[in-house]
Parts: sequence; structure tokens; C-alpha cells
Amino acid sequence: MKDYLDYLKVSAAMGRISRRDFMGRAAAVGVTAAAANTMLAEAVHAAGPQKGGIMRLGLQGGSTTDSLDPALATNQVALMAIRLWGESLTELADDGSIAGKVAESFSASADAKTWTFKIREGITFSNGKSVTAEDVVATIERHSDEDAKSGALGLLRDITNVSADGDSVVVELNSANADLPYMLADYHLAIQPNGGKDAPDAAIGTGPYIIKEAEMGVRIIAEKNPDFWGDMGHAAEIEVLVINDNTARVAALQSGQVDMIDRVPPRTADLINRAPGITVRTSSGPGHYVFIMHCDTEPFANNDVRMALKYGINRQEMVDKILHGYGSVGNDTPINASYPLYTEMEQREYDPDKAAFHMKKSGYEGSILLRTSDNSFPGAPDAAALFQQSCAGAGITVEIKREPNDGYWSEVWNAQPFCTSYWGGRPTQDQMYTTAYLSTADWNDTRFNNETFDQLLMAARAELDTAKRKQMYADMGMIVRDEGGLICPMFNDFLDATTDRVAGWVDGVAGQPLMNAYAPFRMWVAA
Amino acid sequence: MSPVLRLLVQRISLGLLLLFFVSVLIFAGTIVLPGDVAQSILGQSATPEALANLRRDMGLNDPPVQRYFAWLGGVVQGDLGTSLTSGQDIASAMGSRLGNTLFLAFWAAMISVPLAIFLGLLAVRYRDRWPDKLISGVTLASISVPEFLVAYVVMFFLGVQFRLLNPTAVGFRPDADVFTKLESIALPVLVLTLVILAHMMRMTRAAILNVMQSAYIETAELKGLTMFKIIWRHAFPNSIAPVVNVVMLNLAYLVVGVVVIEVVFVYPGMGQYLVDHVSKRDVPVVQACGLVFAAVYIGLNLVADIVSILTNPRLRHPK
Repeated sequence: MKDYLDYLKVSAAMGRISRRDFMGRAAAVGVTAAAANTMLAEAVHAAGPQKGGIMRLGLQGGSTTDSLDPALATNQVALMAIRLWGESLTELADDGSIAGKVAESFSASADAKTWTFKIREGITFSNGKSVTAEDVVATIERHSDEDAKSGALGLLRDITNVSADGDSVVVELNSANADLPYMLADYHLAIQPNGGKDAPDAAIGTGPYIIKEAEMGVRIIAEKNPDFWGDMGHAAEIEVLVINDNTARVAALQSGQVDMIDRVPPRTADLINRAPGITVRTSSGPGHYVFIMHCDTEPFANNDVRMALKYGINRQEMVDKILHGYGSVGNDTPINASYPLYTEMEQREYDPDKAAFHMKKSGYEGSILLRTSDNSFPGAPDAAALFQQSCAGAGITVEIKREPNDGYWSEVWNAQPFCTSYWGGRPTQDQMYTTAYLSTADWNDTRFNNETFDQLLMAARAELDTAKRKQMYADMGMIVRDEGGLICPMFNDFLDATTDRVAGWVDGVAGQPLMNAYAPFRMWVAA
Repeated sequence: MSPVLRLLVQRISLGLLLLFFVSVLIFAGTIVLPGDVAQSILGQSATPEALANLRRDMGLNDPPVQRYFAWLGGVVQGDLGTSLTSGQDIASAMGSRLGNTLFLAFWAAMISVPLAIFLGLLAVRYRDRWPDKLISGVTLASISVPEFLVAYVVMFFLGVQFRLLNPTAVGFRPDADVFTKLESIALPVLVLTLVILAHMMRMTRAAILNVMQSAYIETAELKGLTMFKIIWRHAFPNSIAPVVNVVMLNLAYLVVGVVVIEVVFVYPGMGQYLVDHVSKRDVPVVQACGLVFAAVYIGLNLVADIVSILTNPRLRHPK
């Protein structure tokens, strides 16, 4: 019987008999349905990727107003569109380290001011033209042009010169940066023919698929790029459907209209995971939900007020009630274990006595006004209410002001002294701190101004010795934690879900949701 | 000029004037909202340079009045302009969306209007007996529940539990054959029918009952006509005006008010298109959608007026 089952498993995995047939025949020899299901899943996985079929994704975040120009991408659907047709110079590896993509290899000068990227040999754009160093130079130029509207502009400010040298690209920097390869992995920086200067939204690149039909905010259909150089992209066709409504997205998955979805609501994740044929995939990442105080505005200019509020928040309660357990507690820094060079530090706990002590020491007696809105993060008003209660336990009065979703990012965030917000995180500590904690950063949303911190950040960026760098980041973390304006109660997990029609999921991939948005290419249609 | 023609001309020019005021109102509304299109496009990732570049490119630095008249000048020449966010031609992008919305509205109307009128007639025929009460009860219940809830309930039972119909309309593609299209809009049509049925049904019932009090109905009864024949031949034609009014109102709702249904069922119609652009402050698109919606509303009301005039000799030949 074992031989027979093995034979069945292989047949099913290779697609010679259908899933239904397999279940039926396995049942005939006395295997329970659950066991047969597991067996099939294992066999399918062991058989390796299968080619062909249509893979359908239901994603949140797309809008009719999106564009195919990678410079203007701001949401998950736009990111997935770029992943379909394009590739950056570099890309995160599964463990969060950096690897070459369009660049085959890269190296830095000893002072980390000049970087050389060697372009992969023999790869072509989907229009048939081969990729040259000039195309890469043009791409970086387009995104770092002050006139460009690129979302990656901020990342590229330190670049003074980009030039082609045979099959290599040389990037010269204003100041040393050990993390440049991480920055060039940014999804906006997909390499385009002549940098996309001629046709920014032509969607021509070196990616595994070619866009066949794109109706923004509705669907994108792409077929396999026959000349793709890598070993990804097993399905013959990929259909990305924009389903912004949570209930509709889950219903589409449950009924088999789509094979994978992102942003499963944490509240119902357990229920969905129990549905037959569906697996909810959680992965921890650098995204976090925050309460941010302006360090230069009264009463938050007083560090004792900030400390009082940091002790007044119950982090575990937030993870349990707001994230429904799908996340981990924060420690008032934007950095967690998902970052390279992370050093663990002592966990700050809810402590009403210490909170009351610091509040008394500060001499401030009024109430604290906290602004929040539904879109600052899912469940933000509830989190604000929990914060209000835990602060009340320390005798601190928090007033909550509910702001409209519309205009929150322009009128409240980075404008009002205390509000709720979120950060998606960045691939490196340097990028995260440079984006939001350097005193001169555009998005210094806590108005944090600490000279020692700024100096450490610059020194760490130029440091190629990993051990020394790690120590510097640990010191910076302590400064932000004890003096910063950030209250970070929780890091949210990414929650995706797949049906058993597709196989090949890998747990623990660093970066964005859905296996750093590579799930549709690394997974395959199994049934 | 015949009175009917004069009335038509009068109504249409009034409608055009209304459209003009609507466009001013929408424009003012989008100016008053916090944030602008540049900020909305760049979102949390806006840098001051990027913002300034984008604003300059989109001509947002011109004074609002100048922008409004530049837009109006285009519209009277039939040019709706291009979207600020995606750079697409608005007329063609909106055209396909409007087509989808009309497709959905058409099928919802095809089912709900005859059904509502038939149920209304039935309710009159069995007035105050159980069929009347059942029809009233069920339709009133379905109109009282919020439409998104009705949508979720039918999606859960018919789409996920019993797998009879597709829970969402993602299968609706422009190149699909008509049967696939109809299959994918089955649930939205069902929900829309439930939502608008009660209003039309109740109005039909009330209007006919009103007529049933008249002396000529009594005469008809004394002649020995059957009840249904009296209703169909004598009462219904005389109550067409109020029924047409409420039917037109509901048809207008099917076109301009189905945003929630479109979002819930992921149907690529005008509602979703409009909402996306409002949240991005894409003024030209919002203006164009507003104009189309207003035109549909005004146009259908015009039709209702004309029909009531034509069916009523007293209005047709005013003293």
C-alpha cells in the first residue's frame, strides 16, 4: 500500500492525476482526508516547482490614480507591478542581507565613498535590448534629479556622480556610506532602458513577467517573460486584482477566486486559518505602530514628560488587543530583531509608579492631548483609548482628539505635537534613522535633535567594520529610547494568506509582505 | 410653440444652468478640503522638493479662479482634460467606467422595476391580506438594513458557504463574454434589487390605492370587471406619474449612488473611480464625474417630468 500511495503522491504532484482523484483514491485505501491532504502538500512541495497555470492575487492598496512609472509608486499594488516587470540593481536576500540582482557583484573603496557595481552579463530588457551600464546610470540619474518626483529621491541625495565604466557602474558619494547597496535595492529604482527617461511608465525592465494589460486600481495581467534570466516565475500568467475591501478580499480567497491575498485582518486571522484549504502566513518585519511626541514643543520638550508617557503605556496589552497577538512588543526605538546589526536591550515595561514619578518631577500638571485617526494605523483609536486608560492608572490625564482620515498625513502627522502614526520600516538601521531621527531629516516627526546621535549616525554609516558599527547602533538605540520622542508599543506582523492551489511558500523572508512581494514568482500553481 | 415643447426647452436650459452651479460647487468643495493633489500623491513619503516639483508641473500654483475657468473653457469645447494623477485622458477612462456602471444599473433596473410594479399591483389586489403584508414586510426589511450589510450577508452565504455565485465581481473583464459578465454581477444586482425594491413597490401601491377611491373605479366594479383588470386597465394608467417619478429617482440612484456596492463587490464602475480621485484631490476627474452624475440625475428627473405631463391631460393642455 505504501508503494501505491507513493505512486499516487508523485502522480498528483506532477499533475498527472487531479487533487480530487488523489483524495478519492487515498481514501479508498483507508487514508483519512486530513492525512491525505498533508501527504499531498508534502509531495507537491517535494516535487519542486511546477511550470504553467494562472496565479491570481487579491491585494489591498491599489487605486485608479496609480501610475506604472516606478518613481511614483506608493502602495503595495504598485510595488507588485514593479516586481512583475522590473528589477533593481540589488535585492534583499531572505535573511535580510544584500545580494546582487541586475548587478552581479559590487564592491566599495576603502573609505566607502566610491562603489562599483558590475552589471550582470547577458541579461536583456523585455523589449529585447540588452542591459548596459548606461541604462543603470540613467536610471539613477532620473530618480536623483531634483526635478523628478521620485519616491526614492531622499535616498539618493548623497550621490555626487554616477558614471559607466565598461560593464560596471561607479557611484561616488558625498560622504561615506556602507549601506549604499541596500539603498539601491529600493523598489522605485527598477532599471529601465535609458533610465525610463523616454517612457517612464512603459513597464519595460528585466523582471520575470511582461505586463499585458494594466487597468489601474482594478487589475494587472502579466505573462511570463521567456527571456528572464533567473529561476523565478513558475506560473505562465499572473493576475493582480485590486480588492481593497477586507471582507471581499477574504471572501474571494475562500471561494477560490484568488490564490493569495495580503493584509488579512488580525481580528479574523484565526478564523480564516481554520477554513479548509487556506493557510494564513505570518512574518515579522520592521513595520511598527507609534505614538510620536515633538521633542521641541511643550510639554513634550521636557524629557520627564516623555519618560512618564513611555512608562505609562502597556505594550503587551496593545499587542494582545490591537494586533490580536500578531506582532511583538516595541521598546521605544524604531529598530527590532528584523534589522541587521540589531542589539537587544532591556525591555521597558508598563510601570505606573515610575510614570507618576517622572510626571511629578517634570512639574507639568495639565492633561496631554493625543490626536488619532483610523488610518494612522489599523485600530489606532482603540490603541489611543487603551493608552488613556493605562495612563490614568498613573494619574496622567490623556485627552483623545479623533481626526478625520482625510488629510491626516498633511494636517496632523509631522505637524501636531502628539499623534498616532505608523512606519513601514526600512531595510537598514541607517536608512530608518536617516529618514526620521536625524535632526535635519524631512520626516523627523519627533523633532528629535541630538548632536551625539547625529555624529554617531554619520560615523556608523562610514564604518565598514561590522562589530564597531553594531556597537554604534546599540548606543544610538539607547539614546532614542531614553531621550527620543518616540513611543513604540508594537511591531506588527505581516499577515498574508494562500490557498492550497499554490505551493512553495517560504517562511521568514525579510522585507515586504508576501515574501518581500516575491511570493507570486517563487510559488507555483500546484493543482 | 406648443406648450410641451416650450416646457422642454425651459427644463433643459434650467438643467444646464444647474449643471454649471454644480460644477462651481464641486470645485469649491475640492479647494476647501485639506491637502492638495501633490500631497495626496506623495502621501507620507512627500519631501518638500518633490512636492514643489509636482505642484509646479500640475499648475497648482495658479489662482483657483483661473484654474476653474481654464477647465470650464475645455469642457464647453468637449475636452474634459487629463487626470492630474495618472495623466490619462479623462473622457476615455471615464467612458469605460461609465459603461460598466450603466451595465450594472441596466440589469438591476431590468429586474427590479418590473418586479416592484408587479409586487405593487399584487399588494393592491390583496390589500390588507397576507400577500400584501408579506410583500411589504420583506421589502421594508431589506431597505432598512444598510446595503453593505446586505452585501456581506449574501456574499457570505451565496458566495462562500454555498458557492452558488461568485462572491466578488473580479471576474468582470471588458473582454469577457456577456454570460461571464452577468455571472460576475449577479450578487451586486441582487443586492441593488433588494435595496430599491421597497421604495418603488410602496409608491406603486400607494398611488394605485389613491386612484382606487375614485368614482370611475366604482363604476368599473359595478360593470363587473375583475379586480385585476380594473387595476391594470383603469387604476394603473392614472397613477403612472407618481410611479414614474419614483422609478426615475431609483434609476438615478442606481447610477450615482452605488459607490458602496461597487467597492464591496470590487466592481470597476464610476463610484470607485470617483472615490479614488476624491481622496487624491484630482480635481479635473472629480469635476468630470460630478458633471456626469449631475447630468444623469437632472436628465432622469426631466424624463419623469415629461412623462407625467404627457400622461396627464390637465398638464398637457393647461388653461
